[in-house]
Amino acid sequence: MTTFLELLVNGISVGAVYALIALGFVVIFKATEVVNFTHASLLLAGGFLVAKLHPALGFWLALAAGVAGAALVGALIEFLIIRRARVGSHGVLAIVTIGVDILLTTELTREIGTDVLALGDPWRDQVLHLGPIMIAETRVVALGVAAALITAFLLAFKFTGWGVAMRATAEDAETAALMGVRLGRVSLSAWAVAGALAAIAALFLCVFPTPGLDRSTTAAAMKAFPAAILGGLDSTTGALAGGLIVGVTEALMSGYQSQLAFLGRGIGDAAPFLVMIAILLFRPAGIFGTKELARV
Amino acid sequence: MAGEAGLEITDLAVHYGPVRALRGVRVTVPRGAVVAVLGANGAGKTTLLRAVSGTLRFHRGGVTSGTVSFGGSRLNGSPAAAVARGVVQVPEGRRVFARMTVAENLRAGALGVRDRTKVAEARDRVHSLFPILAERPHQRAGLLSGGEQQMLSIARALMANPSMLLLDEPTLGLAPMMAARIAATIREINEQGTSVLLVEQNAAMALGLASHAYVLEVGEVALSGPAAELAASDEVRRRYLGVGTPETDRPVGIGADAPPEATPRPVRTLPRWTA
Ligand SMILES: Nc1ncnc2c1ncn2[C@@H]1O[C@H](COP(=O)(O)OP(=O)(O)O)[C@@H](O)[C@H]1O
Ligand SMILES: [Mg+2]
Repeated sequence: MTTFLELLVNGISVGAVYALIALGFVVIFKATEVVNFTHASLLLAGGFLVAKLHPALGFWLALAAGVAGAALVGALIEFLIIRRARVGSHGVLAIVTIGVDILLTTELTREIGTDVLALGDPWRDQVLHLGPIMIAETRVVALGVAAALITAFLLAFKFTGWGVAMRATAEDAETAALMGVRLGRVSLSAWAVAGALAAIAALFLCVFPTPGLDRSTTAAAMKAFPAAILGGLDSTTGALAGGLIVGVTEALMSGYQSQLAFLGRGIGDAAPFLVMIAILLFRPAGIFGTKELARV
Repeated sequence: MAGEAGLEITDLAVHYGPVRALRGVRVTVPRGAVVAVLGANGAGKTTLLRAVSGTLRFHRGGVTSGTVSFGGSRLNGSPAAAVARGVVQVPEGRRVFARMTVAENLRAGALGVRDRTKVAEARDRVHSLFPILAERPHQRAGLLSGGEQQMLSIARALMANPSMLLLDEPTLGLAPMMAARIAATIREINEQGTSVLLVEQNAAMALGLASHAYVLEVGEVALSGPAAELAASDEVRRRYLGVGTPETDRPVGIGADAPPEATPRPVRTLPRWTA
């Protein structure tokens, strides 16, 4: 039972981090209808900046720089590539983002080499004891920060002018333009927000119990894709649910690996994708994917 | 057509790729006026409005010659700039944001307006024009009836404080009662000082509201003149008001400059034009 609770809490915490990544992914999709495959490299870029800058700047400034840097990289990708790629279909744009991702990731992994970079976080490997449950402090912080960011984001999405512009554009870009919404700005802000969220996620994917940032960090980031897709690509609630489902499944599958030996080793890593496929079989639009409400 | 410089469209040609949708179109909307553009399906009415609001690029179209100017200076083809200048379009088919509430739709309409007191004033105006919207701020727009959606669509455009409202077939698909109500509201909006360019297939309704009208046929202005004159002309009565029997001969009428390649066109029957 204790194991189960520990796994569950860990799963929820990691799931919340996946939800941050998935949220950025969903925001870009909603604002531009582009499936953004550069997300993993945005995340890597943010983490890399924190790792490289913290010895000089200290952790918090380095984190701020990492967040700003990833937001800037996201904005630049939008401004220099996505906006200018006057291709007819969003499918082609998605492939363009795969190209950009490969370029960025190749360059960053070349920089990282075989190192494992520490991010210099203040929580290190401390462990909290909650009754019989032991949990890493980083996991608790991750859960708190992710929950706060997601809440702030959802409130902004619901109540600010930015959020209204975003949702209007997601629903009907041409009509949003008729309202005076500048679609370029909406798209730019979506990419910047996604970059910033990815950088925060990078931090929590690389701290204890993970040894640090290395070339495999992108693989961890990849798990947010099934999270976004199974939740429904155009649903912020879906990103949240998807993140949690993936996080918890992964934690439980890894935790009970020995009992699941018949499924083969490493089932924890494959679990997110298995869950995604299982859910898409029953709900092709994802759990919260939109059904059209309009009465015509 | 005297008066301050309102909307002036001169010699406009629009193409969607190789497809020519408008040619040599000249339309003027003086400040304070209601001007109607009539025409059958596919005549180019919506295209004309897109050229003014700057949304042709959403349909892979573009202005290939001619100009659109408002208040004496050119509109540069960006929708946000047109809105900032006070030229706001109500799109064909209402296009409310179905997943958003009534209040959020209105807020979306005001996204181009910075001044909060102006937004509040616009909201008051809209609520007094359409009390039903004031009663149901939290209803999802997608669940409103067709007529209510049309009201919301017009209201949303008014939130931007337009001085020139472009309306694309606002009564399409509405019951006669509701259409009459929309028409009355358009008149009221105009009396409050907003110029209106009204695109309609419902010629009877449009000619009743407008001071001046144009008839588009296959992308060109076939007829134009004072609305009362057009309403009285045999050609318009026969073809657009459902009076008399259809013939296959070419249009003749006030100011008609018939397109050179216009061989006898099939007569379009326009069963809706009986309102
Ligand atoms: N997106 C488009 N691509 C190609 N042709 C179009 C497009 N939209 C409209 N057209 C063509 O332009 C002409 C005018 O269309 P439109 O302006 O929608 O007419 P109306 O509003 O009077 O019904 C039609 O021949 C139509 O087929
Ligand atoms: Mg039309």
